[in-house]
Amino acid sequence: MRRTVAALLRKELLIELRSWQSVPAMCLFALTTFVVFHFALNRSSVDGDEAAGILWVTLLFAAILGVNRLFVADAEEGGFDGFLLAPVDRGALLLAKALALLCYLIALELVAVPAFALLLLGPTLGGSLPQLILVLALGDLGVAVIGTLVAALAVRTRARDLLGPLLALPLFVPIVIAGARASAPLLALGGGSAAARWLATLALYDLLFGLLAYALFDFLLDD
Amino acid sequence: MNRSSRHLPHLGGYLGALSVATAALMAIALSLVFFYAPLDAEQGFLQKIFYLHVPLAIVSLSGFVIAALLAIMHLRTGEARWDMRSYVAIHMSLIFAVATLITGSIWARGSWGHWWVWSEPTLVSFLIVFLLYATYQPLRFAIEDPERQSRYASVFAITAGAFVPMNFIAVRLASAYLHPRVLGSTSNLPPQMAFTFVVSLIAIALLFATLCSCELTAKRARMQLRALRRAAEARAGEGEDALAPARRPRSAAPSLQGAGTLAAGAPRGGA
Amino acid sequence: MLAELPALPLHEAGKYVAGAYVVVFVLVLVYVAIMAVRLSRIQRELAQLSSSQRAVPDDPRPSSPAPPPVS
Repeated sequence: MRRTVAALLRKELLIELRSWQSVPAMCLFALTTFVVFHFALNRSSVDGDEAAGILWVTLLFAAILGVNRLFVADAEEGGFDGFLLAPVDRGALLLAKALALLCYLIALELVAVPAFALLLLGPTLGGSLPQLILVLALGDLGVAVIGTLVAALAVRTRARDLLGPLLALPLFVPIVIAGARASAPLLALGGGSAAARWLATLALYDLLFGLLAYALFDFLLDD
Repeated sequence: MNRSSRHLPHLGGYLGALSVATAALMAIALSLVFFYAPLDAEQGFLQKIFYLHVPLAIVSLSGFVIAALLAIMHLRTGEARWDMRSYVAIHMSLIFAVATLITGSIWARGSWGHWWVWSEPTLVSFLIVFLLYATYQPLRFAIEDPERQSRYASVFAITAGAFVPMNFIAVRLASAYLHPRVLGSTSNLPPQMAFTFVVSLIAIALLFATLCSCELTAKRARMQLRALRRAAEARAGEGEDALAPARRPRSAAPSLQGAGTLAAGAPRGGA
Repeated sequence: MLAELPALPLHEAGKYVAGAYVVVFVLVLVYVAIMAVRLSRIQRELAQLSSSQRAVPDDPRPSSPAPPPVS
């Protein structure tokens, strides 16, 4: 199982490295969105709740770009059939795709968070950076799991570009709630620390939907 | 032999009794609300909306969770009738959710002067849940193959059903530090109010059950009718190509005949 | 900041309460109307079906049984 996942993950990352489909688009989208926010809000520097909100919204919508593209290549070029014929655990595909999406999100944040600190964030990140990384990591896990499940659901429908975001955004709301609330004190002027209850909410959400996605994924591939 | 007809009990007596019970209980509940329950000290007459809004909310949420359970049964057994029940449950719960939002909004307007308030976690959670389940029909409609449509719909129903309680927890946590709940809570109710509330809850739950049963009965009747027509056409068209299927307009609703089972190679439901 | 709001005077609160109950009532009625339309359509199709059954005289098999009662 682990080797299957590793092999599939390698394939995903290799394809992404060679064709650069998702990650550059996500990063560019995030940067552009920061600029849009600057003009839309008419602010040069934000902190606290506003900063957390802008950061999470931008990351979320950039993530949706990645989610939309996640299974497209498989659906169009018959990758599903090849996988189904192999004698492997089907959950391996879910794990591999979710891990790939997680990697894209991490790559996105490596670009977007410094850009955000540069362009819009008032207070310096410094001391709150480790906690911010933790919050982002927990949020990324949730986004990766739900994004993969929704992508698999939407890819073989007729309106996949529309259904993906429509399905994903309400499911992302609790992640946004917990993530933004946890990040707000980290990005505030006086500094602060993330409340444990939000971290617990994120962890619980990730666990619940991780298990659910693993149990349900088989039913999306049967054909 | 029409395989689906074996699963159809004669529903006439049961549906009739259910409707009568619903009507009776709603009448009793309304009388209790307006003639028996005491006036709330803080909110006065406006509080009477509580007996409508909160039962609608509870029944709607339960409906979504029940739909998830029905979807689990569908995925486990592969029988289309579970998918049909799940579909009807979600459809009805969505309507009840809209009613919850409308009555909640009216209550907010009366209490606060605004048609919408972010500080009432129930209302906010319902908005999110509504937005999620509103994608259910477009999702079904976007999948042509009926068997895959049912399967994907069940996956969605289960995911969304798990989401509902998590969503409530998250939203409630988010609001807890802003304001105390103003639109009333269900705890610390004086006994007369509590009794009225329970009766209203049962009445709305029965309403939900009745409407769902109506819907299911109508759908099954349509299915039987189509099967009969197909059989009649087959007989009438003997000697010609009798296999021309009846033209059916595309719909997002599941059909008992169209959807087969999950096991590969199993015969599809029908004659 | 969020002091208890005073109870609205009855005639004003009454409008809101009535509005809420009327909305739910209307929703149920709309559903009944939709159901009535569907039922009449089913009845019409049943009538068509049974008349077309009687119009087929050369059926060698014994006459088909009446469709099961639709509740």
